[in-house]
Amino acid sequence: MSALDIKLLRDFRRLWAQSLAIALVMAAGVAVLLMSFGMSKALDETRDTYYERNRFADIFVDARSVPKSLLATVRGIEGVAAAEARVTTHATLDIEGKAQATVAFVTSLPEGGNPLLNVPILRLGDWPDPNASDQVALNEPFAIANNLWPGDRFAINLNGTKRTLAVTGWLLSPEFVYTIGPGSLIPDDEDYGILWMPERALAAALDRTGAFDNLAVKLRPGFSAKPVMDELDTLLEPYGNWGAIDRSEQTSNAFIDGEITQLQTLAYILPPVFLGIAVFLVNMVMGRLVRLERTEIGLLKALGYGNMAICVHYLLLSGLIAGAGVMLGWAVGSWLSYGLAKLYANFFKFPYLIYNISWNTYLISGLLGLGAATAGALRAALSAARLSPATAMSPPAPPHFKRSLLDRLLAALRISQPSMMILRSLIRWPFRAAMSVLGMALAVSILVASNFFPDALDVIIDSAFHQSNRQHAVLFFNEALPESALQDSRRLPGVLQAEGQQYLTAVLRNEHREKRVVVEARRPGLDLSRVVDDSGKPVDAPPGGIMLARRLAAQLDVGVGDLVEAEFRGNRHGTFTLPVTGLVTQYFGLGAYLDQETADRMFQQSPQVSVVNVTIDAAQEEAFQAQLKELPMLAGSAMLVENREGFQETISQNILITTTIYTVLGVLITVGVAYNAARIQLSERARELASLRILGFTRGEVGYILVGEILLLALIAQPVGWWIGWGVARLMAESFTSDLYAIPLVMKPATFTQASLVVLAAAAASVLLVRRKLDQMNLVSVMKTRE
Amino acid sequence: MTDAEIVFRTRDLSKVYDTGKVKVFALAHVDLELFAGELAVLLGPSGSGKSTLLNILGGLDHATEGRVWFRDRELTSLNDRGLTRFRRDHVGFVFQFYNLVPSLTARENVQLVTDVARNPMRPEEALERVGLVQRMDHFPAEMSGGEQQRVAIARAVAKRPEVLLCDEPTGALDSATGIQVLDVLRQVNEELGTSTVVITHNAEIRKMAHRVLYFQDGKLARFETNDVRVAPAEISW
Repeated sequence: MSALDIKLLRDFRRLWAQSLAIALVMAAGVAVLLMSFGMSKALDETRDTYYERNRFADIFVDARSVPKSLLATVRGIEGVAAAEARVTTHATLDIEGKAQATVAFVTSLPEGGNPLLNVPILRLGDWPDPNASDQVALNEPFAIANNLWPGDRFAINLNGTKRTLAVTGWLLSPEFVYTIGPGSLIPDDEDYGILWMPERALAAALDRTGAFDNLAVKLRPGFSAKPVMDELDTLLEPYGNWGAIDRSEQTSNAFIDGEITQLQTLAYILPPVFLGIAVFLVNMVMGRLVRLERTEIGLLKALGYGNMAICVHYLLLSGLIAGAGVMLGWAVGSWLSYGLAKLYANFFKFPYLIYNISWNTYLISGLLGLGAATAGALRAALSAARLSPATAMSPPAPPHFKRSLLDRLLAALRISQPSMMILRSLIRWPFRAAMSVLGMALAVSILVASNFFPDALDVIIDSAFHQSNRQHAVLFFNEALPESALQDSRRLPGVLQAEGQQYLTAVLRNEHREKRVVVEARRPGLDLSRVVDDSGKPVDAPPGGIMLARRLAAQLDVGVGDLVEAEFRGNRHGTFTLPVTGLVTQYFGLGAYLDQETADRMFQQSPQVSVVNVTIDAAQEEAFQAQLKELPMLAGSAMLVENREGFQETISQNILITTTIYTVLGVLITVGVAYNAARIQLSERARELASLRILGFTRGEVGYILVGEILLLALIAQPVGWWIGWGVARLMAESFTSDLYAIPLVMKPATFTQASLVVLAAAAASVLLVRRKLDQMNLVSVMKTRE
Repeated sequence: MTDAEIVFRTRDLSKVYDTGKVKVFALAHVDLELFAGELAVLLGPSGSGKSTLLNILGGLDHATEGRVWFRDRELTSLNDRGLTRFRRDHVGFVFQFYNLVPSLTARENVQLVTDVARNPMRPEEALERVGLVQRMDHFPAEMSGGEQQRVAIARAVAKRPEVLLCDEPTGALDSATGIQVLDVLRQVNEELGTSTVVITHNAEIRKMAHRVLYFQDGKLARFETNDVRVAPAEISW
């Protein structure tokens, strides 16, 4: 090994603490990059493989009682590779020992044997016998949550008749990777299940023999969905067609998509912050090292080492630091990535996880790390190369301090000499001071941006649960029922209040823009499920038009007074042109609201309800649930009380994890910046500070100069960090907003305070660590060493 | 030694430091010759231009005016890369403050040179010459000043340079240690025939030289030749 390489390794070892501080920050960037990309890729590939292997359909259509003879026509549409008809319904279950009514989506298994499309995987037991009338297979998570094993039985209310079914096995299907019950906000495996019954039995129970309700279509390669969807819509028009949807609108797939996009967003937002800080830290440390090693550089040149060799020497040192950071990042990133991907695979019900981070993810993250280090070291390395040997061998000229207007100001303020030293140093090296401020500001910003989520969620929860949805339970019916159903609901045991709404499916259009939404027809003054505006005041849909959620209006590019075309589908259909009569801010879904009387006139119907919201006397909940199990037309029910608790529990767990991760990252950055800045201060000012000690300054007074400067910079960094954090939070809120939900940009003072406290504490701790070195400084030996 | 081969030749050599307000002549129109195998001592007070001359001769610094030749090659016409090459192949330096790399052992400090030189001796051999084989694996911080300076000399001679340029090699040493160091320099000069230039403001040292060049205000004031040289061991200060 050459002597220069030995020097390299020894320098690396000597600078271990500073190198580690930098390597950790770099590792954080590499790890987040690897984790986000690795996880999103694992999810993406697992999903794609699952879809491919199990022939996940490309198009889905819901209609009602379509004659099976139409299937041949569907298969004849150009571009259709396969089409499968299914009988489907929502039903309530009565599981022994469980007080609560359970909702399930029931779908048929084809008469001829196994499905062609959306092929479920048999996880346990057996498929139901196609000829049996009382056999059923369950989706695995539901079966596990309810402890239902092959051979177990439970009751189901199908079309008003209660019958008993025997479980034959457990399945998983690409169609139900993410299951969410009607009216629910989060998946609830215990209270919402997917059931597969033989077509013959299910069709007979629902009076649908020879007909189907749902169509799954697989396209030939190279054909796009839109023309096929249009043709299907026309074909199924007479059968209460709800409108064909492609994968992007299929609930399960849309949620997975949203998650993958979020992960990718993280991969683009966070790593650049960390790598950027690493660039600056390397710049700081290498700059100081080159200043410190002036004479050695001069000597090497005197010995005949070329400029290139010197430049490479310092670049290699930064390369070693980067190497350590990258390796650490790879290790932590791989571990986190695999662990989290497994968690995700579990959360989404994938039968397996395909996890292989490709070597080029490692390569790219590694190159980014090395690139960051090189970028950071380049300035210092080039200045080392440019140092003329004769100049390098002589001590540097004392830095040039000038008296400025500011000095006169400071003098007038009668600032102590140590404070003056602090301020002069900031004025003398404004770039360096600015970079330290920026580094610590970024740490603050990461904490602010990550802590903003809980604040936003508080607003969402308050808006969704306390302002808008004040009911205890929501009852969904398979069809719209006359208003007498509302009276029936009021007679259910324990019901205190009941209010009805009608849900309609429609495609809203404005020129080429269109969106499929659920339109709620509402009576004015509803108290349980309210539409609330920005100021928290409940609003009613003005008669004669449609009121839209602001995000929906933005997607359609319409405002109050503009006209939208509404094509209603399903059991109420017709196309109407409606004026937009109001806009309302909402965080969940894309809401659209009609006045009930307006809807009644449009469809020439007597008042209808498809959803009933109720409040219940808690003492009678059991009786209420027991009665629900018997309601013939009930498609589902959501207990919002449980939803609320579940939502808050899930969220607070997630928040605890992410807040911990980001706090650690913020502390890493702060320590990286503050510790390095203080070490550099110490090494550059050792003689100066030692001289002060010799002059009779106490340790405290000398320490103040060192600690004071860094802490002053940390204080200046706070407002800058708040501002950047606010910007990052805005960026994240915008990029996380989808059709499913919007993240409001709300930030509480506590978020800023907390971020600042963490960063100031980390800065103080790092500086005090360096101050201990100052206290241990041997005055004589420091004064003896040559500059 | 006037019939000996000329190693360095300068013509009208000047170095000017321009501070903006005033121009300071560190070297003012110096003409001189240095000969092969010669041990020359440059004497003069601080600021008389000795170090500046040495830096220019060694290719560490550029002249403002005038020309310098090393044998037939004009140093003043070389660019940075050429000067690096020149230093690497022909010149050994010894400095007042030793300038050892603190993170390298004695042997590794010498190896710094042998790694890049064309026809070096082994680091061990160089250290043997200065009597430090037994201290080979010690770091600079573990050695005395005299030992550090001897390592620096070993490092300078390890490449078998044609010239050895020493800037105040005993400046930081006590008299006894300084004499040891001077003795090593004399040995190198005699045994290897290396032309050696020693800068000092210690007048006693002049006695060991073939020739003494006196500097004053950036100019070569005069020179004298020693008919009888004194061994370092007999010098004291």
